[in-house]
Amino acid sequence: MDIHEYQAKKILSNFGVTIPRGGIVYSPENAENKAREIGGSKWVVKAQIHSGARGKAGGIIVCETPLEVAQATDKLLGKKLVTNQTGPQGKIVNRIYIEEATEIEKELYLGLVFDRSSESIMVVASTEGGMSVEEISKEKPETIIRSKIEVAVGMQNFQARELAFGLGIEPDLIRRASDTIIGCYKAFSELDATMVEVNPLVISKQKQILALDCKMSFDNNAMFRRSQVSELRDKTQEDSKEIFASDRGLNYVSLDGDIGNIINGAGLAMASMDMIKLAGGSPANFLDVGGGATPEKIVKAFKLITMDEKVKVILVNIFAGINRCDWVAEGIVEALKKIEIKVPLIIRLAGTNVEKGNKILKDSKINYIEANTLEDAANKAVAALKK
Amino acid sequence: MSVLIDKKTKIIVQGFTGKMGTFHAEEMIKYGSNIVGGVTPGKGGTKHLNLPVFNTVKDAVKHTGATASILFVPPAFAADSAMESADAGIKICVAIVDGIPSHDMIRIKRYMRRYTKSSKMTLVGPNCAGIISPGKSMLGIMPGHIYKEGRVGIISRSGTLGYEAAQQLKNLDIGISTSVGIGGDPINGSSFRDIIEKFETDEETDAVLMIGEIGGPQEVAAGEFAKVNMKKPVIAYIAGLTAPKGRVMGHAGAIVSAYGESAIEKVEILKECGITISKNPSVMGDTVSSVLKKINK
Repeated sequence: MDIHEYQAKKILSNFGVTIPRGGIVYSPENAENKAREIGGSKWVVKAQIHSGARGKAGGIIVCETPLEVAQATDKLLGKKLVTNQTGPQGKIVNRIYIEEATEIEKELYLGLVFDRSSESIMVVASTEGGMSVEEISKEKPETIIRSKIEVAVGMQNFQARELAFGLGIEPDLIRRASDTIIGCYKAFSELDATMVEVNPLVISKQKQILALDCKMSFDNNAMFRRSQVSELRDKTQEDSKEIFASDRGLNYVSLDGDIGNIINGAGLAMASMDMIKLAGGSPANFLDVGGGATPEKIVKAFKLITMDEKVKVILVNIFAGINRCDWVAEGIVEALKKIEIKVPLIIRLAGTNVEKGNKILKDSKINYIEANTLEDAANKAVAALKK
Repeated sequence: MSVLIDKKTKIIVQGFTGKMGTFHAEEMIKYGSNIVGGVTPGKGGTKHLNLPVFNTVKDAVKHTGATASILFVPPAFAADSAMESADAGIKICVAIVDGIPSHDMIRIKRYMRRYTKSSKMTLVGPNCAGIISPGKSMLGIMPGHIYKEGRVGIISRSGTLGYEAAQQLKNLDIGISTSVGIGGDPINGSSFRDIIEKFETDEETDAVLMIGEIGGPQEVAAGEFAKVNMKKPVIAYIAGLTAPKGRVMGHAGAIVSAYGESAIEKVEILKECGITISKNPSVMGDTVSSVLKKINK
């Protein structure tokens, strides 16, 4: 789960990280007042969307007067911002964060992630703040320093100090920098985060160490014990079909193609998408109804797929184990009584009681094309598209 | 014996009296697995499916001599249960449950460092289908009848894709020594490399099929291990050629976040390690078959 910049900043400040003064607003009038309340003579108006690279997309505006702050807020609110991370459909701006402008002396990069090789938390830092970590590793890999943290004992002061000295921070500021790094680590480990990225972490002309922009993501599997984090979810930043799916226990990812998929199991779903691609087609989605493929889930899956106007063909591929093909077939027949399918439907069943399952489908008089193997299913889906 | 389990392996079910635990315990018993009891805290001393129920894993081990366990406890309590079985002297534990927080998985793995190599439990999963040695024992939730007894080892992150492979092999009259589902989470108990190493020394296995997917370093780590240490041929399929970067594809661990984690990159690296690639999921069986012919098996 992702959260907004202003939410992440609030969290980090609770862990002792310094952030510029700022506040969230939902209207231009509000913005003008907020700017006065924050004080100073220069403000940054920042569109809050779940994406990086907002600056290049025009989502961050520097203002000299409270009136300008109001105008900039008016310009951004309700707008769809398209960045290189949002896809062409962009993301809607419903919240604006107003922040006092910081006089920057130096921009640094600080990131924390799970390192899957060492199964520990990895802190990554670089002197080249402001660039994305991908850009840094491509263009200035020599500036990257890493520190692996032993989670059983947590991050130690010396590890934070090593990173701070490694970043070339002057001796007077080392203590403050270490506290900042440890604060980020604590937020990561105590809140079940999967990513904390402060980019840039800046040293201001006034010698403050500030988190100027930051991103946090959290482990969906841990939300049962992190109610204060799960409350921060902003559904307006998510694809409406993906919300529909996740609320119903389906794993769904919207894609650009035109062949809709209903599959049980994540691996088999990815494999089926690969087969569609190899057959010359393009998948409209990834959809895993779960290993069990219960009739209820299949009904929900059909509802979801038929919501997608891009879909010109539907491919159902279920490998039934303990759940049995005859039971899955009955589920499909039931689903099709409730939902009208206007596009060609290809069904491939495999596994336990496959003959019985196929017979139920045939006898039901539903309009579909039977497929036997993964390859056969993908070929038939692509062929149906061309008709 | 075969890898990890055999006919005699004594198994307990953690979360025995719950719906999932009961259903799959019955399926395993039907298959012929040697289930000797179960654990549900607070229900010790009672019977379930005609088998004894214990309050703690230690009690269960003491009274039954169990060496294997399978977990059907909810995600919030799963880490605790896995550590309990490690401490009770269980040798092999399969965690079926999907949804264990990654921070908990790291905790389990740190906890297990207190044991020496010889006394350390092997944890398989979570979010997996479990283990089956066809004709011998099933410590999992797979449909047992699609697995033919034989001499190919399978390791798969995905459950249903593992079933697909077993079925393709069966259709070609090729059998399986053991199939291990290692699960789809970012941090899991046993990696491809951990299991592939066991297959290399297993006298009942001639070749290994590795079914991977996008995300994480494990397939490549196994490939590099195989290149240096394996005499037996390894065949691999990697799912997710069409998966977009930065998106989680169903499995929490199926996300491309670094170089070498996409399907195309993994395939290239595995080829360099001398591994035979099944170019699509429809020919996993055929690819294994042609490799077996080459080594005259």
